Amino acid sequence: MQEGIAVEKKIKGYCVVPGIARGEVLTTSQPISFWGGVNPATGLINDPRHELFNRSVAGKVLVFPFGKGSSTGSLIILELARMNKAPAAIVNVRTEPILATGPIVCKHFYGKEIPIIFLDEKSFQMLQTGQHVTVNAAEGFIIIHN
Amino acid sequence: MRLADEEKSILDGNQGEAARIALSVLVDLGELFGAVELIEVSQVHIDATLYMVDAGLEFAEKMADLGGEVAVPTSLNPSSIDLQRWKQYRVPPDVLSKHKRMAAAYLKMRATPTWTCAPYQNGIIPRFGEQIAWGESNAIAFANSIIGARTNRYADLMDICAAIIGKVPKFGLHLTENRKAGMLIQIKDITAQMFENEAIYPLLGYLFGEIAGDQIAAIRGIPQSVKIDSLKGFCAAAASSGAVGLVHMVGITPEAQTLEMCLHGSKPENIYDITPKLIEQAEDRLWAVKSDAVDLVVAGCPHYSPAEFIQLVQLIKGKKVHSSVVFWVFTNRSVYAWIKDNGILEDLTDAGIMVFTDGCSLQYPKETWHFTAAMTDSAKFANYCFSQSGLDAAYASIKDCVETAVRGKICRKESPWRKK
Repeated sequence: MQEGIAVEKKIKGYCVVPGIARGEVLTTSQPISFWGGVNPATGLINDPRHELFNRSVAGKVLVFPFGKGSSTGSLIILELARMNKAPAAIVNVRTEPILATGPIVCKHFYGKEIPIIFLDEKSFQMLQTGQHVTVNAAEGFIIIHN
Repeated sequence: MRLADEEKSILDGNQGEAARIALSVLVDLGELFGAVELIEVSQVHIDATLYMVDAGLEFAEKMADLGGEVAVPTSLNPSSIDLQRWKQYRVPPDVLSKHKRMAAAYLKMRATPTWTCAPYQNGIIPRFGEQIAWGESNAIAFANSIIGARTNRYADLMDICAAIIGKVPKFGLHLTENRKAGMLIQIKDITAQMFENEAIYPLLGYLFGEIAGDQIAAIRGIPQSVKIDSLKGFCAAAASSGAVGLVHMVGITPEAQTLEMCLHGSKPENIYDITPKLIEQAEDRLWAVKSDAVDLVVAGCPHYSPAEFIQLVQLIKGKKVHSSVVFWVFTNRSVYAWIKDNGILEDLTDAGIMVFTDGCSLQYPKETWHFTAAMTDSAKFANYCFSQSGLDAAYASIKDCVETAVRGKICRKESPWRKK
């Protein structure tokens, strides 16, 4: 890949929604509900009880264990994509159908990719906020660049 | 996934662009969750009918413009607003046009304008064992648990795709083996007197959802005398506090007439008890008001049934809603027509209660109504009210809600499960 980067770590994962994305990691150990949890116009986490409150998911490789909450979450992800405020990629430990629906519809409707990949618990812990990573969901790996 | 020739042909675009997009989405989801094929569903309930964000409107309008039409009978969840009485509901005109465009797009796709979140009480109702694709969390839980029809928790947009194709991937709760309960929740030390206060059922549901999370659980100890509207309140609360799609109520759920039936012959992996103390604590979590001031009382989340209206009109008889309080009840157009015919509507209106159809009380126009605190007979409404509107809400029995509305300040009779 790139020259001059001394340490590069590759983590194995499993494809949920294919696609390749590069971005900065934003990680939380708490589940995320996109409906009532993320402002679809700004991409800011707007649930005051969430540890990422007021942080933006836009363009980030968003790392959280699993989704929760209402079935309207899919619509919020589609709106985030329309507003160019969607995460670059999503990394989970477990992905349920409601969370996967947003990126799947996004691919077929707006032609935009939001790859989703899931990891085992141990690999999940290796991702830290601020790291620069490349997610290749289709081939099932994440590269940590620094 | 194994696809039939007709399905392949749809993916090639031979039945139009809307069908191609819809099936592509369904196939992707099926591949993802290991489905080997698609199955036919006899009906769909679409959740994505609220105008909330422009992406939802764009999706519905584009699918309609591309020739999308429902392949099976399809009912519709509420609009955000009362599409007929929007003036009384103080809907700002600029938002109104988007709600109306949303409604028009679904009608163009030939969906049935039920505009209700309780489609299991009026509308296109499935039978036991029927394969269906429903959105709206409370309706999904009711369909699976009380009717015994089979649906996954379909996300917004997936429901539209299912309606256009009339099929879904064969996975999850469509399959018998995935409907097994792994967890048992037992009702402990709850007396017959406590069950007489119907406000207990949504609280039990709320606790059930918190305990079960996204797992399938059985609950033992719900009395046979439980009314269908109490089951509605239970399911709505459970699906708001947990990712609950199926509740096995032993002796009530058709496929759980005995505990053995829903455990599929095995032993429960975990057992939890719900006690009066837990019910009291749940009630406290759903009591977010900070004083005894209340200026909004809400009923009809999910939409009110004829039986609930009869109870309400009896409670308000000879009384009037206090001038400082707004009292809303939401229902569907069929029930509205019935209570109009039998005079209940007139009695309610005279008492100062406003009855709306089509809409969702959680999505009320915040720009034009300014409240300090709300009281409701819906645990679901109380749970979501703050995150949806920034308004504090308290959950109470409908009796206490009516008393509160009449007095203009909070009236809370001691619930029988509370320690004196």
